[in-house]
Amino acid sequence: MPAIHLWCKIMFQLLAQNVLNALQLGSVYALIALGYTMVYGILTMINFAHGDIFMVGTYLSLAGAVFLLGLPLKLPLVVVFLGAMTFSMLLTALLGVSIERLAYRPLRSAPRVSAVITALGVGLFLENITLGILGPQPRHFPDLIPLTRWEVAGLTFTPLQVLIIVMAAVLMILLDLLVRRTLLGMAMRAISYNRPIVPLMGVPVDHVISLTFAIGSAIAAAGGLLYGLAYPVLDPLMGVRIGWWAFIAAVVGGIGNIRGAMLGGFILGAVEVFTPLVLPSSTYRDFVAFSLLLILLIFKPTGILGRPVFERV
Amino acid sequence: MQPILEITDLSHSFGGLKALTDFSLEIFPGELVGLIGPNGAGKTTVFNLITGVFRISAGAITFRGEDISDWRSHRITAAGIARTFQNIRLFKELSVLDNVRLGAFAQHRYSLLDALRRSRRFNTAEQQVTQQAFELLERFNLTHYAHTPARHLAYGEQRRIEMARALISRPQLLLLDEPAAGMNSSETEDLIRRIRQLQDEFALTILLIEHQMRVVVNLCQRLYVLDFGQTIAAGSPQEIQRHPAVLEAYLGKDGDLLSEAPEPDEGTL
Repeated sequence: MPAIHLWCKIMFQLLAQNVLNALQLGSVYALIALGYTMVYGILTMINFAHGDIFMVGTYLSLAGAVFLLGLPLKLPLVVVFLGAMTFSMLLTALLGVSIERLAYRPLRSAPRVSAVITALGVGLFLENITLGILGPQPRHFPDLIPLTRWEVAGLTFTPLQVLIIVMAAVLMILLDLLVRRTLLGMAMRAISYNRPIVPLMGVPVDHVISLTFAIGSAIAAAGGLLYGLAYPVLDPLMGVRIGWWAFIAAVVGGIGNIRGAMLGGFILGAVEVFTPLVLPSSTYRDFVAFSLLLILLIFKPTGILGRPVFERV
Repeated sequence: MQPILEITDLSHSFGGLKALTDFSLEIFPGELVGLIGPNGAGKTTVFNLITGVFRISAGAITFRGEDISDWRSHRITAAGIARTFQNIRLFKELSVLDNVRLGAFAQHRYSLLDALRRSRRFNTAEQQVTQQAFELLERFNLTHYAHTPARHLAYGEQRRIEMARALISRPQLLLLDEPAAGMNSSETEDLIRRIRQLQDEFALTILLIEHQMRVVVNLCQRLYVLDFGQTIAAGSPQEIQRHPAVLEAYLGKDGDLLSEAPEPDEGTL
């Protein structure tokens, strides 16, 4: 009996620990998935450059943090963290808005496939310009959060883990409130339902679309900072895999649906964390994630929380 | 007195088809003017040109002394021109309340920062909009449906939502595109009463497109008649009813102007 009891306890601890890890990783995926889903919701276009916008956001966080740490002021780490976050969210928002303005808006009335190809092009542009400027060698993210460990009932927490989960939750709640409760959010939803008449409500549509890109990109930058702190090795191609995963998260949750993106993010976090426990190695994780996507597309193409697509006339 | 809306020599064509030719019109503050004509006469095209849905290629439109010919739709709406649509254009998935609230977008500006910080300015603006929306829902007997998606409502109710949505922007000029379309005679009577009442209370100037002669004769002070994009007559309802060109355009050679209305046509908006 005691042996079984102990075994159960260990299994439970293992499970709980992995759920915690999945929440941490899922939070980051969810933050990035939000950007895909917001842009799709408003323009019915997949912004394939979003993963690379996330990558730039991560590097900008790194730049902000390194700059602030290098000042001879001995700034407290909280200030460095907040400063790096503000810096990178603002600049990444600007990047997202510029991409929309320069690359996507001229194609607004072109066939959708043109915009998608352009988005892939913008992604390659961002990857290669980052490679060109910074070189291929990985960079290390400084530790801004104390590396202490807390043990509670056999579970190991780190302050960073708590920070990631809490910050992601706060950002998601704010965004959800913005979209559901405010006139601006209403305008975003209205554009997704019936764009031609939205200007006749006095809504400057281009302005709202720019704001959507700004918000989505800024949230990706926040995700980038958190990711950089948790997995501190950055390289210019990091946005490719993470971007794909976040995209799958958005589709699994129901693309265009903000709560769906959050749900999808956590599901993908779980896939990544639990794959090596079930299958021989973690290299199967992409196989599992894409299988999930393919199966879901067959049985529920609109995703878990997605609304059925109404034909827009 | 200066006209609130002045249209001069407006023309528009779709491909090779001339939809509107040298159309001119003046409306003075407080007037209720009708724009009538058979199917495909170019009436809705006039509304689409006024509200910036179509770009103006020839002619000019002045609103309260300002040339708005090049303005985009959202700016025109913000300046005080609101409209309803011939074929109902609601956000079908949004609640009735949200549909109406959205109409107030231009009147209540606050920055994104205000919204994220839930500042006082933001909160009062949002509360005001919601309160105004409920007042209008009350007026149009829609309070009960405030949280229902618009698509669940009946046709006549959807028409009333459009009206409430147009009014919440506090327009100076209201454009009504066939407000009586699809209504029976008692509903039409009710509509006429409602429009008069609104005009008094909100000090509105109204330009109204209508098929049914009965509606415009009872309601409008002046009428413009379009046929194949040409203005064939303008004047008081009494003059128009006797105008030979109008009789011919509308009815062929004979018949009664006040009888049956033709089927509504399908416009782009």
